[in-house]
Amino acid sequence: MRIGIDVGGTNTDSVLMEGDTVLAGTKAPTTDDISTGIVNSLDGLKAERDFDPGDIEAVMIGTTHFVNAFVEARRLVKVAALRLGLPATASLPPMVDWPQRLVEATGGRSYLAHGGHEFDGREISPLDPDEIKRIAADMRTNGVEAVAVSSVFSPVNDEFEVRAAEILAEELGPAVSISLSSRIGRTGLLGRENAAIANAALSAMAQTVVGGFERSLADYGITAPLFLSQNDGTLMGADYARQYPISTFSSGPTNSMRGAAVLSGLEDCAVVDVGGTTSDIGILVNKFPREANTEVEIGGVRTNFRMPDVYSIGIGGGSLVSAEAAVGPRSVGYRLTTEALVFGGATLTASDIAVAAGMAEMGDPSRVAHLDKDFVTAAVQRIADDVAEGVDRMRTSSDPLPVVAVGGGSILLPDRLPGLGEMVRPDNFAVANAIGAAIAQIGGEIDQVFTVAPGTRDDVVAEAREAAVDRAVEAGADRDTVRIVDFDEVPLPYLPGNATRIRCKAVGDLKGV
Amino acid sequence: MTRILTVEDIDDIAIGAGILGTGGGGDPLIGRLLVQKAIRDGLTVTVVHPDEVPDEACVIASAMMGAPTVVVEKLPAGEEALNSLRALETRIGKTADFIIPMEIGGLNSMIPLLAAAQAGIPVVDGDGMGRAFPELQMETFGVYGVPGSPLVVSDANGDHVVVETGDDNVRMESFARAVTIRMGGAAYIAEYPMSGADVKRTAVAGTLGLAQSFGAAVREANQAHSDPIAAIASVVQDSIYGYAHVIATGKVTDVQRQVVDGFSSGTLKIAVFGAEDELVIDFRNENIIARMVDPAGHSEVVGVVPDLICVLDSDSGEAITTESTRYGQRVTVLGISTPEIMRTPEALKVWGPRCFGLDHDWTPLEQLAAPKQAAPAP
Repeated sequence: MRIGIDVGGTNTDSVLMEGDTVLAGTKAPTTDDISTGIVNSLDGLKAERDFDPGDIEAVMIGTTHFVNAFVEARRLVKVAALRLGLPATASLPPMVDWPQRLVEATGGRSYLAHGGHEFDGREISPLDPDEIKRIAADMRTNGVEAVAVSSVFSPVNDEFEVRAAEILAEELGPAVSISLSSRIGRTGLLGRENAAIANAALSAMAQTVVGGFERSLADYGITAPLFLSQNDGTLMGADYARQYPISTFSSGPTNSMRGAAVLSGLEDCAVVDVGGTTSDIGILVNKFPREANTEVEIGGVRTNFRMPDVYSIGIGGGSLVSAEAAVGPRSVGYRLTTEALVFGGATLTASDIAVAAGMAEMGDPSRVAHLDKDFVTAAVQRIADDVAEGVDRMRTSSDPLPVVAVGGGSILLPDRLPGLGEMVRPDNFAVANAIGAAIAQIGGEIDQVFTVAPGTRDDVVAEAREAAVDRAVEAGADRDTVRIVDFDEVPLPYLPGNATRIRCKAVGDLKGV
Repeated sequence: MTRILTVEDIDDIAIGAGILGTGGGGDPLIGRLLVQKAIRDGLTVTVVHPDEVPDEACVIASAMMGAPTVVVEKLPAGEEALNSLRALETRIGKTADFIIPMEIGGLNSMIPLLAAAQAGIPVVDGDGMGRAFPELQMETFGVYGVPGSPLVVSDANGDHVVVETGDDNVRMESFARAVTIRMGGAAYIAEYPMSGADVKRTAVAGTLGLAQSFGAAVREANQAHSDPIAAIASVVQDSIYGYAHVIATGKVTDVQRQVVDGFSSGTLKIAVFGAEDELVIDFRNENIIARMVDPAGHSEVVGVVPDLICVLDSDSGEAITTESTRYGQRVTVLGISTPEIMRTPEALKVWGPRCFGLDHDWTPLEQLAAPKQAAPAP
């Protein structure tokens, strides 16, 4: 048996699972200290279905804590950004495009040093260890608590980031955590560097929060290993999570999508998660969310680390409905239960339309009985059309693709979407996030530039696939279950020797669970 | 009419320059950040119309050369374009009074603004391409007899190379590109030293202002929830470009790309709303030809280079580059005709369809088949 826990901003949801079967599911309010909420949630689970803590084989936690803290600029530490690339890159120093409040919350300190590579692997300038030592001394003087290191073209060659990190670790000691941009983001220096800085800023909080998770479980008598869910839908161990809190940033939508897949039994589908203000649409391929290939802004900071590709439209249960039957994007949000007509309020919302159309039962239906039938039909049609268009935008081909609806606002959606066919509505979607977290799969990935000599392509591809499988096994996957879920081969233009960037991701079931 | 640009003006120019990039030219983002930082640091970007440039003034064209995808990783040191300007001044024994953009489409709308602000001289409202083109000989300056060289190309180390090829601008392009690759795939150039009289005779006038007007029209339409594409078309009508129509509105159904000879080449397919037709656009860095294909397979050219084939996001009106195009996007393809100076026989010899490997003669956009009635998105 294993436990999946989703620690959201409002609720802490837990599920007890055996294979793909949900044995019990429960919700408790999230508490400031997190731990109390987790314990309360586990109590609820136990009340629904008694279990022996010793029988739990693994606990998986999904949390939006880190992304919320970053966006709200809470509990961030003093960071220094060190960029290797001089004499290039000096025109736009680190954090040049950050909102002022986040610059202040992180201390906004940055250093430029020599290093970096050209696109073809030549050095821009050699790394200067003495320069790094001088910078380290200045960091120490200024009380820097975490460092983000970036280097030009480090996704192609990370040697300077690694060497600079070794020097910094020696000079600053183990209390200062170091984040490398090449471990976090992709090509595009500012976006990758920004992601590394955000990760570094959360390093102290990562220690506290992950430690808190471990203590809560230990206090409960659970000795099973703890995992956290990552943006891509796979798990990471607690130690990895302490180093890479940014890997949890998008686990909310990811877990919701993966939970929807388990509940519906579908491996390839579109998922529409309808909340109070927006509908988030994502695509699952092989049970994993498709990744965005563009930059994603978080709290006004442009980043380019791997995030699920989610398209949001301004339609939710609380969306305002205009006299012309237009729906959204403005919403009453969490005030739905006081402001909507059916709840005695004075605002016509999408939920009122759903009640008037007979699609949902809530509040007092007599309060929407006066609505004109054609008007209601038009608003319902508008919602269906907008969501259908959103799903269609996200498809990568015109092949038929099932659509799964989850979320409290999914009552707004009709049983069929125009041009897309029947909608799948799993029964128990209230704890979809926790179920998504509890899927015990662990991954390994390689992202590397290979030189492909003529006639050796097949060997290189095989080597890359094997390396990804090995990494998944190292991370804790059962070798017999590991399969390649993503493979991407991009020849790099202008480069001699057929340089090809290969990205390969392997995923398997957690061993022993 | 001298104008000083604000940080907000730069936002508008970046949006407009994306549209004038016709699918290529690179994302203006890094350039926009550079110029906005320069303004915030206290430098001034002053713009003058070509008519105000004295005939005897010394004017030099400025640009980034190479791969915009390198620039997003290897950010400039900061003064590369200025260094090229200084080295070219030394070489020709004259001091530049004005800078003129080489290419208004994409990232290169911004680099000359930075160089001009750093040099403390005004930038001329105009350029040598009127859009984005892939090579340095494709400039009105050269078309009408101004030699491109001496050209100076500079890198982040402060190194520079002077390229002198007399009046052969094709060889200039070829040598400068070879140096650019050794400099890391992106470098910064000063070229086409010319007189104010040359500028008035050869530049595509008013294109910086046009980019800014496009951006402002898009921004204001989005704020007012009105149609940004109609707003762009109406700006065109008041400009020297003169004519624009919506070629099609539809949904992207397929994108194929490959790198051939250092160019990003490929094909984009769009299912046209309200018709059975498919719009097929071939691109080579920029969009070069659009064909409407009916269900029977009969194909008809509906737009061809040098006219501008602009693929725009139907909702926001902003440009979608060929690299960021993907299945499912709702797009409006806007055709914009070229001004007179870009469609003379001399000009077409340098950037007519055959210069891009197309077996096709140029037909002006306004003479091509009337557009299908664009239906609203379903």
